[in-house]
Amino acid sequence: MDPILSITDLTVDYQTASPVRAVNNVSLDIHPGEIVGLAGESGCGKSTLAYTITRLLQAPAEITGGSIAWRREDGGTTDILTLDGPALRAFRWQEISMVFQGAMNALNPVHRIGSQIEDIFIDHRAGLTRRERRERAAELLQTVGIPADRLRSYPHELSGGMRQRVMIAMALALRPRLIIMDEPTTALDVVVQRNILEEINRLRTEFGFAVLFITHDLGLLLEISDRVGIMLSGRLVEENTPDVLLENPAHDYTRHLLRSFPSLRGDVPLTGTRYVDAEAASAFASAASAASDREEEATV
Amino acid sequence: MSFTQQELADPDLSKSEPDLAEGGTPRTGFFRAAGRPGTRVRTSRGWKFWVGIGVCAFFALLAIVAPFLVPNPNQSSPVGLQPPSPEHLFGTTNIGQDVLGQVVAGTTGSVVIGVVAGAITVVLSMIFGVGGAFLGGFWDNASSLVSNVFLVIPGLPLLIIVTDYVESRDIIVISVVIALVSWAGAARVLRAQTLSVRSRDYVDAARVASESNWRIMLREILPNLMPIIAAQFVFGALGAILAEAGLSFLGLGAPGGKSWGSILFFAQNAQAITLGAWWWFVPPGLCIAILGAALGLINFSIDERINPRLRTAALAKHARKMKGAH
Amino acid sequence: MTTLEALHLRKNYDIRGTGLRNTVLKAVDDVSIVVRPGESVALVGESGSGKSTIAKMLIRLVEPTGGDITLDGEAIGRGRRSTKQYRSRVQMVFQDPFSSLNPSLPIRHQLARPLRIHGIVRTRAEEDRELRRLLDSVNLGPADEMLAKYPHELSGGQRQRIAIARALAPQPEVLIADEPVSMLDVSIRLEILQLLDDLKRERNLAVLYITHDLATARHFSSQIVVMRHGRVVERGGSSEVILNPIHPYTQLLVRAAPDPKSEPFVVDPERYRASPDVLITADDPGPAAAESPTHWARAWSDDPAVASLLASLTPAL
Repeated sequence: MDPILSITDLTVDYQTASPVRAVNNVSLDIHPGEIVGLAGESGCGKSTLAYTITRLLQAPAEITGGSIAWRREDGGTTDILTLDGPALRAFRWQEISMVFQGAMNALNPVHRIGSQIEDIFIDHRAGLTRRERRERAAELLQTVGIPADRLRSYPHELSGGMRQRVMIAMALALRPRLIIMDEPTTALDVVVQRNILEEINRLRTEFGFAVLFITHDLGLLLEISDRVGIMLSGRLVEENTPDVLLENPAHDYTRHLLRSFPSLRGDVPLTGTRYVDAEAASAFASAASAASDREEEATV
Repeated sequence: MSFTQQELADPDLSKSEPDLAEGGTPRTGFFRAAGRPGTRVRTSRGWKFWVGIGVCAFFALLAIVAPFLVPNPNQSSPVGLQPPSPEHLFGTTNIGQDVLGQVVAGTTGSVVIGVVAGAITVVLSMIFGVGGAFLGGFWDNASSLVSNVFLVIPGLPLLIIVTDYVESRDIIVISVVIALVSWAGAARVLRAQTLSVRSRDYVDAARVASESNWRIMLREILPNLMPIIAAQFVFGALGAILAEAGLSFLGLGAPGGKSWGSILFFAQNAQAITLGAWWWFVPPGLCIAILGAALGLINFSIDERINPRLRTAALAKHARKMKGAH
Repeated sequence: MTTLEALHLRKNYDIRGTGLRNTVLKAVDDVSIVVRPGESVALVGESGSGKSTIAKMLIRLVEPTGGDITLDGEAIGRGRRSTKQYRSRVQMVFQDPFSSLNPSLPIRHQLARPLRIHGIVRTRAEEDRELRRLLDSVNLGPADEMLAKYPHELSGGQRQRIAIARALAPQPEVLIADEPVSMLDVSIRLEILQLLDDLKRERNLAVLYITHDLATARHFSSQIVVMRHGRVVERGGSSEVILNPIHPYTQLLVRAAPDPKSEPFVVDPERYRASPDVLITADDPGPAAAESPTHWARAWSDDPAVASLLASLTPAL
């Protein structure tokens, strides 16, 4: 099956005083209906990658290389990085939507849930009447297991888990073919987290969308993903199915990450070793010396 | 080079510049941060602070040397209401006084009012705002009550009544009165900020380390309030200068023409506008505006220091400029 | 060395309800915990379970509404001097490495203060020596560089080590670690927990490890106490409780924790039938009681909250 999203050699830099390469030549494919997990620690670039796909990056971040090919329903491909203006707005949320980190704070506290969901239809489905919008909003809530009478609630009247479901419902509203989820369950209690994950799986089976699931919790990804990618310092160091990664990880960092969470019911000995990213360290060293050379030139 | 976990948890913050210790000098304290003495002076970042400080320093200096520069500002001369000329750069008033001399002399009054009123505002707001919030309980309630009462009293009418009532109307008295009317707002801001800082983990950690209350206040809480306190001082000074200008304009200020506001008062009295004698009221007005703007710039730079997101906006503009047409 | 005993702790908060009625929130409702020297007890629960409130009561940041806290059987007075004495024996490592250190003070100051306050050092020379020793015990160096730095110049892991060093400064006998690694990157969590473990063994500390992560609770603590809504629902040896959870809530926690290396866990409210060694009663007999069972779970047959928890699972069951 052809992938619906093909990221090829993507590079994103932060143009600060000393530029930082947040995403370094990353290539990744996502196939229809697949759950692809992206694991990594803070600073590895996974969130930057997510924001690049949905074109939500802001200065000083800048896309300095690569392409992101999206397969349209008519079979052709579009390079997301070339979209602009109305084409981009039409594309966003309709084809690819996103559930943000801290999604619970992404809801506007002074508007009711119903009106926030209806906003999506107002923006993207101009032809609907008010009644139709309300019906669709109710339908959406029921899809994620929230009773329709909650349309009239304000965000603070819902629990964390429910707010997260609302965000997922909103991401589903236009039946996109890919949903990017950036740490969607990190702030939730672990029991609620498990419920939400099961919900996502069920919805995926029902509606057939693919998911790019980004989190630092590798254990979680190994349980729910079809494929998992590991990111370190902007590079995608390994990518495979959970089985292969557990049995036979190819990269040292993957091994290190796997050792970092003890098995709950198994018997895994613990080691507290530190991982040193040799590649990044040498790249940093050469970049730093190049930068100081430039500095000397400039002040002369 | 990696971003801190906190920054990544907040998508907005993660787009700001990583907090690197550039050149090894720790970015500590508000003052050092505003203009780092590095190998390259990045004027695009600290310009607000430096321009603001520069203008204020200029006026402060002027205020100090004014009595020596212009020993007799009220010296009248036979030729009244002359437009600007080589002898009188800002022209003359209706009784022939040199407007430039008046403005320079008036600097002293206005600046003193700004500084004194600003200082009193800060002291009062710290006592009732920081003190109350830190002690909590009854003291917090009592301080809140006092500041709320002062907040509710309408400022200008109170100012007018008090200045009318008070016998001597010299600069210091006016400053005190202005400060009394305006400290309450600052107190509320400081109270909110203190409550926020007080609930931070490191204050708890200090209590767990058995620090005494005084030391916690001085070493843990106060340093983190400094930017806000500095901003409140600047606000207080700004408000005081404007308030004094207003009071003087109404004829309730310190008599004797010792500030820019009183120049405006005399100008208004002598019908300067109708007579078209713009050189009389434009210079003092401009001075008020420029000094006010300079104080405002200082406050903006304090804001940028405190709120990293504002830094990002400046950075983004800088980045765009560097890339040229992209 | 010292045993910390918290018996029948209670903490009530008055919250403003709708209208004029005030309801009482029982944040901690009759909880008893015992931590012995050289032992680590894990206090596990989710947000709102009361575990952080217990930590604050044990460190005297919050006053208990009821119950006793004793060190080696003796209650310590509430006065200022007694509290200082108490805190030289019981210390805490805070959760958030980004906010538990004052951003405007250098590391040296933050570590030296507890040393001075508790009279561990009196001269500058002694202070220097002790500071180096502290940094050494948490594997941070070189000392001169570290001491001069400010918190924002350190990584999360380094900051947490400083927080641990600060807690160790008064040479306490009991350490309360309130979610010490939950805000750190995954790959350095084990390092820090390993450090705490080493320190516990070297100094024979009594450690209370508060967390929501069952896996590390199992591996770093010998005893586990599971809390929900202010009450203890299960307690026992950590491997025992995790490999054979009896209370439905504990079972849900075990099921919810990611564990890709093992078979999926199936919740079965009837598990207790196959476990004769587990005592199930409506009230906790307490860990200090003479015939304290090694594995205890709270009876749930009358608890509607548990029933609805189980009901929420029905599709999967």
